[in-house]
Amino acid sequence: MTTLDSAETDGTPLPRRASHSSIRGRLTATILVFGTLALATCVLAPILGTTPISLRRAFDPSIPFEQNVDAQIFFVARLPRVLAGALVGSALAAAGVVFQAMLRNPLATPFTLGVSAGASLGAMLVIVLGGALTFGPLSTVPAASLAGAAAATAVVYWLATRHGHAISTSVLLLAGVTLNSFLSAIIMFVQYLADFAQVYRAARWIMGDLDIGGYDTLIASLPLVLVAFVLFALLPSSLNLLSVGKDAAAARGVDVSQAQRLAFFSASLATAAAVSLAGPIGFVGIVVPHLVRLMVGVDHRIVLPASALFGAAFLVACDLVARTILAPVEIPVGIVTAMIGGPFFLWLLVHKS
Amino acid sequence: MFLNGDRVSYTYNRRTGVEAVKALREVSVRVDRGSFTGLIGPNGCGKTTLLKLLAGVLSPDAGSVSLDGRALATMSKRHVARRIAVVPQETHPAFEYTVLEMALMGRHPHLGAFQLEGPADLAIAREALTATGTSHLAERSYMSLSGGEKQRVVIASALTQSAEVLLLDEPTASLDLGYQLEIGLLLQRLNRERSATLVMATHDLNLAASLCDTLVMMRNGRVIASGNTTEVLTSAMVRQLYDVEADVRVHELAGHLTVVPLARLS
Repeated sequence: MTTLDSAETDGTPLPRRASHSSIRGRLTATILVFGTLALATCVLAPILGTTPISLRRAFDPSIPFEQNVDAQIFFVARLPRVLAGALVGSALAAAGVVFQAMLRNPLATPFTLGVSAGASLGAMLVIVLGGALTFGPLSTVPAASLAGAAAATAVVYWLATRHGHAISTSVLLLAGVTLNSFLSAIIMFVQYLADFAQVYRAARWIMGDLDIGGYDTLIASLPLVLVAFVLFALLPSSLNLLSVGKDAAAARGVDVSQAQRLAFFSASLATAAAVSLAGPIGFVGIVVPHLVRLMVGVDHRIVLPASALFGAAFLVACDLVARTILAPVEIPVGIVTAMIGGPFFLWLLVHKS
Repeated sequence: MFLNGDRVSYTYNRRTGVEAVKALREVSVRVDRGSFTGLIGPNGCGKTTLLKLLAGVLSPDAGSVSLDGRALATMSKRHVARRIAVVPQETHPAFEYTVLEMALMGRHPHLGAFQLEGPADLAIAREALTATGTSHLAERSYMSLSGGEKQRVVIASALTQSAEVLLLDEPTASLDLGYQLEIGLLLQRLNRERSATLVMATHDLNLAASLCDTLVMMRNGRVIASGNTTEVLTSAMVRQLYDVEADVRVHELAGHLTVVPLARLS
């Protein structure tokens, strides 16, 4: 993060050194390092697991797929799971960065504004009431959670923009937090009405799980995440200024209400896609951005891509732990991220203050 | 005239009508190129609102603001920010930006959506830090600085914007006497050496008297007087503005008008 050494403190300008550690150089270095990390994790994770597999056998085309246990484990059991982990981790970490900057609150998470509670209620309703509908490539639960997330996003947005066309971030925060507890109460009520099997399924969903059992849901979520990421690419320098202050941003030529809307909807979209794919996996959206800031500084032009890449690596690694630590039992990855993320976050809070 | 507010009005919470506050009523101001204008008046008289309208941060409900004869409303926000920079009252970033990063944010209106700042932008930011005496703080976290250092960094960030007009909202509030003097000298230098056009809202009448060539007096969302500092800054005017009896005279050593408040009239 520190780009100049103490030689600078006497006030002598060092233009050559400064250009050497320019934003361009830092951005390239960051993407290289975090990109390599994410790639390495995604390549290693499907190879590792409780059952040792032979890569040579898995990729041997002479063995029919039905008889090739190694290929089945690699391509059916592990690879979709690893890819889902990368997609979800990336989406949640990036959404966390965007929400934190837009709300000017480093403690905000992708779930602060009620997107995940809406998604959870949608999923609960389908699990308990047993909807038999399918929407295109989406199976029922992801489709319903996506609809729930969209409804929650719409309600929060409507509340925060009622007094004029600009988003009020304080109303947004209060409305989001209130909606979260309100929806949680409804979720509990729905669960209260359900039978044991349904409650068990619902509880498992809420723990967050990357065992998505195939490529279909992954492929259905991918376009949503991609759209969100294209929108994210427009945001970083506005996010820097928004996090300094609304007036400061406006005085530097940022269209504040447009930037806020873009940030809110793109981050909500990424969160909704991630939650509908794998349930509300906690802590990724707050631990990853903070960890990344400790490593690369706070400039969003670097923090945002770094968090997206590091989030992928983090969640894939957590899922590897979830698959293997209590083998042959697999624990939901949401438990692992919370168990690693919770204490780490407390340490961070104590350490930084 | 250069920066011109033509009968601008502004009401907060106008849309909802709940607790609507008429902050400005048909205010007209003319800021000449290269001038140093002071906005003075009691708390809540509309100084900050007027600055925000002049900066294009807020749009007037009625009337218009123009720069060089062109209405701000017809210019893009980036374009306005390239010509008018603002030093706000207080700046509290949510993250620990370094001083250099804070200064570089001033380049935002000059960069395209995907453009990163280059060596030229960096040189401008470093020059601004040097001009405000903060270059030794470049790698420090902005939030760890003292009030005076923060204020100078915020001014540096506005200078990095390379704008012809600088609008300042109480730049010396909460600064000690030494920093007040230092900021004052810095602003005077900017005005004289770089021929920047400055507009400063302040409660410090002595600061305004020492720096500003023109004063705009405001009360209850209206301009009640404006003109040459030596002509409009009188004890009668201070009485009219603040309901305060004051002695206003030229200080022999300082060489400018000074205001000593004597009693509150009510």
